[in-house]
Amino acid sequence: MTQSVVTEAPATEADVPSTGSDPRVRWVLLAVGLVAALALPWFVYPPVAMDIVALALFAIALDILLGFTGLLSFGHAAFWGSSAYVTGLIATHYGAPFPVAVLAGAVFAMILALPIGYLSVRRSGIYFAMVTLAFAQMVYFIAYQWSGLTGGENGLQGVPRTFFGIDLVETESFYFYYAALPIILLGMWGAWRIVHSPFGRVLMAIRDNSQRARALGYEVEKYKVIAFVLSAGLTGLAGGVFAINHGFVALTELHWSTSGEVVLMTVLGGIGTLWGGILGAFLTVMLADYLASSGFQGIDLVTGSVFVLVVLLFRRGVWGTVRHRYLARRLRRATRRGAADTRE
Amino acid sequence: MTAGERVAVRTRALTKEFRGFRAVDSVDLAVREGSVHALVGPNGAGKTTLFNLLTGFVAPTSGTITVFDQDVTGRPPEQVARCGVARSFQITSLFETLTSREHVELALQGHTRDGFRFWRSEKLLGRNRARVDDLLAQVGLLPLADKPVGLLAYGQKRALELSLVLAVDPPVMLLDEPTAGMGIEDVDRTIELVRRIAVGRTVVLVDHNMHVVGSLADRVTVLQQGRILAEGTYDEVRNDERVITAYLGEAEHA
Ligand SMILES: Nc1ncnc2c1ncn2[C@@H]1O[C@H](COP(=O)(O)OP(=O)(O)O)[C@@H](O)[C@H]1O
Ligand SMILES: [Mg+2]
Repeated sequence: MTQSVVTEAPATEADVPSTGSDPRVRWVLLAVGLVAALALPWFVYPPVAMDIVALALFAIALDILLGFTGLLSFGHAAFWGSSAYVTGLIATHYGAPFPVAVLAGAVFAMILALPIGYLSVRRSGIYFAMVTLAFAQMVYFIAYQWSGLTGGENGLQGVPRTFFGIDLVETESFYFYYAALPIILLGMWGAWRIVHSPFGRVLMAIRDNSQRARALGYEVEKYKVIAFVLSAGLTGLAGGVFAINHGFVALTELHWSTSGEVVLMTVLGGIGTLWGGILGAFLTVMLADYLASSGFQGIDLVTGSVFVLVVLLFRRGVWGTVRHRYLARRLRRATRRGAADTRE
Repeated sequence: MTAGERVAVRTRALTKEFRGFRAVDSVDLAVREGSVHALVGPNGAGKTTLFNLLTGFVAPTSGTITVFDQDVTGRPPEQVARCGVARSFQITSLFETLTSREHVELALQGHTRDGFRFWRSEKLLGRNRARVDDLLAQVGLLPLADKPVGLLAYGQKRALELSLVLAVDPPVMLLDEPTAGMGIEDVDRTIELVRRIAVGRTVVLVDHNMHVVGSLADRVTVLQQGRILAEGTYDEVRNDERVITAYLGEAEHA
């Protein structure tokens, strides 16, 4: 094999990476996303709009692990649901303004995630998924058994929506949406910050090749635990807002099917993209809402089929595919330009 | 290149069995500080396994490993790396979606605590720009710095492997077949590069190319079937009867 160190390899579409988008495009996307978030309750029933953005944050938080660290957690309902309960309990028993209750829920989720993460990250692949699932099931059964506190099967009823005595926010879902949106946006910004930090770079290295990351001196397990706890914290923010939005916490928030749904949303939108989680949550909730309002019975069947179709047709998910096409085109242009430069 | 009196890496009766098969068999190796020490031997002799043992990727069945008199037997790879041992991989081992620049930045960050700063901008990684550029230029990758490595040619990936070891700037470097699959010019360039970086460092080198071994190594250890067959200078080893029959002969007649 004789090739020079600087020989160009052909750019094929299959190899286009997940890094390096145009900063201008990023700003445009951000502006469009913000406008969409602000306009959403004008077009969608406000409580549903709130569900969409809360689930979007949930999916994004999961994506930190799934798309950026390469860890499939199948137990994130534990953090979503436990934060929902803690948020609900604090709002109920202490009359705390909801942002405070939500924050407490998120902190609780992080504390819970520390031992679970510590014990899970030593496994990888499907074993990691199974261990996280097992822990989440434990949390589910504790909540189920401890009905004096959680209401058991009946759920936690009558969670108040307290917001510094501002009546409109407390009674009108439309205004509540705008009061709670900053928490969600803050969480999304946090996810973006984490992914685009020195820490995030290490996570991507671990995802691509954890052994190589070790050889460079990175303590892979420690990074994974921290990523796990951060992801749980953002999940907790989302779960807390969700609880306040409904004024009620159902036991299903802790159920494994909730863990499964968020994985589906994230994969549907496209993992390792952040935006994909938002799109996945939007599409899933809108589809379920449309089917429910048209009195259709087999919602899960339809959403499941849509999921299978999308994953078969676009294995990178909806957003992932759009982004990939865009990056591939940019790269082909750059390569052509580069080839022209070297010929000169 | 002068070798000091201290021993940088020492193994005692180091043995690794894979399901009863001894890939590395009672190896006593002493790599002197500041030397370039080559490990040669036919395919399957156990060179890569020895590297894996030295860097903590594989735990020994028995025996000990010390780095500058510090016992590192059984330590995980990241801890051995933090003792000042960096390695390149025979089979290119990179982060496929990251660019060369991002690789080198990660390598530079590896021995700091900056990697934990999830609240800082990734620009923090880019603050050693001049050093990163220099490292990439040394291996000829600067023009391709911002290309994801998944798109690089084989020889370019080999070069990046080397620059990652350089970036870590370790007292001890283990290079597993750094010139494998390279063309003649690149091999000569790599020899020059290793010669340059070997100054003031200890290098353990595996290479099948005898030209590489001959021009770089102060000392050569020949492995065969997991055991040390011979050790000495390149010329001593080259003229050793057992080595000629076991390895060099085979290579020269092949
Ligand atoms: N993880 C492993 N499991 C089983 N056998 C292995 C493993 N790694 C290496 N070996 C065996 O050990 C022997 C030495 O391999 P290796 O160290 O790669 O040799 P070299 O690098 O000298 O070509 C080979 O016979 C190989 O098949
Ligand atoms: Mg080998």
